[in-house]
Amino acid sequence: MTLDIQQIWVYLAARPLTGLLLTLLAYQGGVWLYRVSGQRAICNPVLIAVLALIAILFATGTDYASYFEGAQFVHFLLGPATVALAVPLYRQLQRVRQSLRALTIALICGALTGIVSAVVIAWLLRAPGVVIASLAPKSVTTPIAMGVAERVGGLPSLTAAVVIVTGIFGAAVGPSLLSRAGIKSPQARGLAMGVSAHGIGTARALEESQIAGAFSGLAIGLNGLATAILLPLLYQLTLAGWQWFAG
Amino acid sequence: MLRWLTILLLCQWLGELAVTVSGLAVPGPVVGMLLLLIGLLMLGQEPSELGAVADGLLQHLSLLFVPAGVGVMQHLGIIRLQWAPLLGVVILGTIITMLATGWVMQWLQTDSDEPAP
Repeated sequence: MTLDIQQIWVYLAARPLTGLLLTLLAYQGGVWLYRVSGQRAICNPVLIAVLALIAILFATGTDYASYFEGAQFVHFLLGPATVALAVPLYRQLQRVRQSLRALTIALICGALTGIVSAVVIAWLLRAPGVVIASLAPKSVTTPIAMGVAERVGGLPSLTAAVVIVTGIFGAAVGPSLLSRAGIKSPQARGLAMGVSAHGIGTARALEESQIAGAFSGLAIGLNGLATAILLPLLYQLTLAGWQWFAG
Repeated sequence: MLRWLTILLLCQWLGELAVTVSGLAVPGPVVGMLLLLIGLLMLGQEPSELGAVADGLLQHLSLLFVPAGVGVMQHLGIIRLQWAPLLGVVILGTIITMLATGWVMQWLQTDSDEPAP
């Protein structure tokens, strides 16, 4: 009997264990590459894992649904992980109180700028509604961004990809951009990185200083909350306004 | 450990329920986050086991993005068609958002209790 690799793969690919195992292996491979590369943003573990998995799935002719049979066990944890964001939020409450007014105004400005800039740029570049809805929450941490995108008629997986690319870009250009703009306060630098580039921005801010890291981490949850509330509201207002305008 | 994981899932479930009942355009897990935050405020302290469960989940938060990220392979068509808005929003949108947030925060900040590094 000859071993037909193709037949073996067809059998294995249909088993949930394969998708789950591939996901964990690809991610840990990404973490390893990130470490050896000297923590380059371009070697972000999520980016590496996603690219590697897409390449594997295309090379073996496996569809996403078969892969997701196994990967859904990882994906499911996004829900409880989002709830768990309440814990770091709670830990930072003392710092929030210390600069409550500046933090609140900067956060709302940042959340609104993030939403409005994405929608306007996408609209100017002639993107259709579903793409605009997927891009609108791009600066927010993935579990929240995906949920919000779904609520306003976007594609959660497209949002997830755009959020990751946004995070990597923000983390890579952030520190030099902020310095060139004359933003020196560690609180402001941290908040800016967290509001615009979520978790990946926070990792970069932590390398800069503890204060920047703390404010960036805080911004992940708060901008998520602000965008989760503001974006669907803006969406419903726009829809209502459009319906009223159109008679 | 199991008790706090159950409470996290209960908060998410209640959040999903609240969203379904009220028709609010906010994700259920985000409402669950708010419920847990209110619970912690009422408790007045962070139970160490809850901290351990939350830290454990959030420590590998990046990993949880991967399956959805791979899902982008289903949208390669729309990406090829819409590469200009995608690129424009990621680059320009991120720069504008970062600068706006940083400027407003630095401008309004009055607490100089902590020295710059």
